[in-house]
Amino acid sequence: MNDMTPTREQRTAALEGMGCKRKRVEDIRFTQGKGNYVDDVKLPGMLHGDFVRSPHAHARVKAIHSEEALKVPGVLAVITAETLKTVNLAWMPTLAGDVQMVLADGKVLFQNQEVAFVVATDRYAADDGIAKVEVEYEPLPVLVDPFKAMDPDAPVLREDLAGKTTGAHGPRKHHNHIFEWTVGDKDLTDAAFRKADVTIKELISYHRVHPSPLETCQCVCSFDKIRGELTIWGTFQAPHVIRTVVALIAKIPEHKIHVISPDIGGGFGNKVGAYPGYICAAVASIVTGKPVKWVEDRIENLTATSFARDYHMTAELAATKEGKVTGLRVHVLADHGAFDACADPSKWPAGFFNIVTGSYDIPVAHLAVDGIYTNKAPGGVAYRCSFRVTEAAYCIERAMDILAQKLNMDPAELRLKNFVRPEQFPYHSALGWEYDSGDYATAMKKVMETVKYAGLRQEQADKRAAFKRGETREIMGVGVSFFTEIVGAGPSKNCDILGIAMFDSCEIRLHPTGAGIARVGSKSQGQGHETTWAQIIATEIGIPADNIMVEEGNTDTAPYGLGTYGSRSTPVAGAAIAMAARKIKAKAQMIAAYKLEVHEDDLEWDIDGFRVKGLPEKTMSMKDICWAAYNSVPPGMEPGLEAVSYYDPPNMTYPFGAYICVMDIDVDTGVYKVRRFMALDDCGTRINPMIIEGQVHGGLTEAFAIAMGQEIRYDDAGNVVTGSFMDFFMPTAVETPHWETDFTVTPSPHHPIGAKGVGESPNVGGVPAFSNAVNDAFSFLGSTHIQMPHDYWRNWKAAKSLGVFA
Amino acid sequence: MAKTHITMKVNGAEVEGLVEPRTLLVHFLRETLSLTGTHIGCETTHCGACTVDLDGKSVKSCTVFAVQAEGSEILTIEGIANADGSLAALQEGFRMMHGLQCGFCTPGMIVRAHRLLQENPAPTEAEIRMGISGNLCRCTGYQNIVKAIQYASAKVNGTEFREAAE
Repeated sequence: MNDMTPTREQRTAALEGMGCKRKRVEDIRFTQGKGNYVDDVKLPGMLHGDFVRSPHAHARVKAIHSEEALKVPGVLAVITAETLKTVNLAWMPTLAGDVQMVLADGKVLFQNQEVAFVVATDRYAADDGIAKVEVEYEPLPVLVDPFKAMDPDAPVLREDLAGKTTGAHGPRKHHNHIFEWTVGDKDLTDAAFRKADVTIKELISYHRVHPSPLETCQCVCSFDKIRGELTIWGTFQAPHVIRTVVALIAKIPEHKIHVISPDIGGGFGNKVGAYPGYICAAVASIVTGKPVKWVEDRIENLTATSFARDYHMTAELAATKEGKVTGLRVHVLADHGAFDACADPSKWPAGFFNIVTGSYDIPVAHLAVDGIYTNKAPGGVAYRCSFRVTEAAYCIERAMDILAQKLNMDPAELRLKNFVRPEQFPYHSALGWEYDSGDYATAMKKVMETVKYAGLRQEQADKRAAFKRGETREIMGVGVSFFTEIVGAGPSKNCDILGIAMFDSCEIRLHPTGAGIARVGSKSQGQGHETTWAQIIATEIGIPADNIMVEEGNTDTAPYGLGTYGSRSTPVAGAAIAMAARKIKAKAQMIAAYKLEVHEDDLEWDIDGFRVKGLPEKTMSMKDICWAAYNSVPPGMEPGLEAVSYYDPPNMTYPFGAYICVMDIDVDTGVYKVRRFMALDDCGTRINPMIIEGQVHGGLTEAFAIAMGQEIRYDDAGNVVTGSFMDFFMPTAVETPHWETDFTVTPSPHHPIGAKGVGESPNVGGVPAFSNAVNDAFSFLGSTHIQMPHDYWRNWKAAKSLGVFA
Repeated sequence: MAKTHITMKVNGAEVEGLVEPRTLLVHFLRETLSLTGTHIGCETTHCGACTVDLDGKSVKSCTVFAVQAEGSEILTIEGIANADGSLAALQEGFRMMHGLQCGFCTPGMIVRAHRLLQENPAPTEAEIRMGISGNLCRCTGYQNIVKAIQYASAKVNGTEFREAAE
């Protein structure tokens, strides 16, 4: 062996495979302004469409006058529900089994609802046209408060559902009721509560928020009349699903629909669903024969497309006086707005909210969710969380703190006492899930040690005493949060969207010179798939990541996939990538055996190629195998080196983590300061630690925004009062705390590479950590639960209500 | 609507065009000049995705009329790279420090950071955070953006960049 021969470490490093902090390939174009986002698409003759929207939250639409608008220079068409009825598209199906108006049909049900679509030569002319469309409204009583939705005299919102006593998820109890979903054993749970030493009950609300990625929802639709083909460039997190939806509702053959998701400027769940803008732009293109672009502005984004949360959760815990939890009972009043457009797998009207037992070994539990209509925007998307998991985590993590307070026990100690233990995995929860793996106590203790938890509690006790003596006006909170996520939807046995199983896919094709392309059914919106997917392949088949191009988002070239949301890309698409790579490796082994003139079983894998067992100098690199695949395969074998895998996961994955937030609050102003935030995540096998850390930072920042101020708020008339970035809290670099991160590694036993997914964990675990810190700070003054968001004003109000100004 | 003829220097090149008086600078850059690196995130001057440099000052081009930029010198993300086409220190810093994810805020953030470093070549962390507070990022949590700017500052000043301890 001469000195030039690379060492095994050098060969491994050259691959930049799994575990490497590989720099992102996307950044070369993004840092130079050379990304290609939807609004960058410019086609010859392209028109612009924009909406006339309702100023009312609930009103009858008496008439729409578009004559004056059509006189505006540049305005070509004004599309209304009447126009759409001619092509049977005035209403569209939602992912949740409901229907939704594309354009106001007879009435409007929320402020800024789409009423008419003005098509013009450019976006300025479209705006001019909008100003000239006259709509006659007759205002109707508005329903904003979800707790009044099922009053006997509540206004009837959905006249289209008159007489329908059954919805997509069973019986409806009231004209504003959508579904009731129950899980768990009620009788056993009731019995546990009767026997309990201690119980707590609290209404814990998770307010309405919005994912608001920096790029809004947008599309360009181009219909080719000669070919009968529709091409749609759009901000789609799930392009294949969009293609199938369009085929089903527009009756265009699916092979004549080309959906392209180019670079996407953030998604966070906002870009999963199908919105009226897409339908109207497509219809406008079909009608005019020209490409039509629709770009949402920020106010439209915040007020009309896809809110998240709005869950009002009444949580009860039963426990022994020693602090062992013996039962959980939760009722949720779920405010779905005007249409049930939740983006959940079809059979899950409340998503995976039944993960609400959290990280704890709770023997019995019962959950009931009532979904209701109000005069608010539809949506209910998984904003940086697997379906309703963040609501569930918030519910149980607040409830555990409230129980700890009642037991006069430290909240971390209560958690340690109730954790599912490592030897209990695979663990079957009382509400029906099989947790794959976990080591909760180790994670919790590690993070407690890092922040010197006992010392913090001592400091807090000292400060509380000083506060009571009148020596300080600052209070201190230590927020503890331990979450278990359920991600990677999902197994075909229980997860589908519109009947399509939630598998994912990968096709890898290797070229003669040892490079290749991987096409994947997922779609990055900033997660860096072009970087990380190549790392999986590099480790699996020994081709450097730099030599693998990853392509997503083109439905003509990518294999069918269900897209990227709910932290499903690594658990599902990531598995498909590994499985496709292994198929390639299996063929490569046959080629290598033939070329090395040995039996396949005499070969073993070694970093970037095969070597003959016992003869380490007799090797064939993957690069050489690629060449051989195109000129000298074994007799009877097809040439080429490519593979496709469609991966149907056997189970979900269950990432977890322990977060601690230390916060100081000035009671006289409500001003808080996050002194420290420590986040430990266990997402199983780590593909790119740099990207994981980036995901955690971003998710924590979104969690911080949600817990500490962000809110889509309506006034009594149904007006959105937080409809721009002036009012909707978006933290800048100044407000955003400094993040500290840590990890443990508990691989998923059923995933090909043991990875679990991480993108959403920090949002799921972060919100309760912040909220628990605020609640912990105030608890010694006599409060049990203060609702989010915890902005300065509300903190001040909380202090006032607790009598600190007396 | 009557159109006005405007000229300006964009990324060192003389450009001209016919615009309506109400045409926003960002639309002139993106649609007339096809410089699509400058993005639109809010249209209300909050998010900073549309930040460009106008006569040596950072402006949000979604709330500047194109006619207001008549005769001015504009620098956009497309003009940031080094003359030989290699990545400028800031661009390299964003990549090395993982200061971007979806990339949508990145052009505005880099153009803003460019001006910040012109005004203050060796800013502290607090000065960087305040200096980019007109630019929103939804993906990164800002921590790595701060590091990216520190990286660029050190590279330009010829000082050693030490990644802040986690």
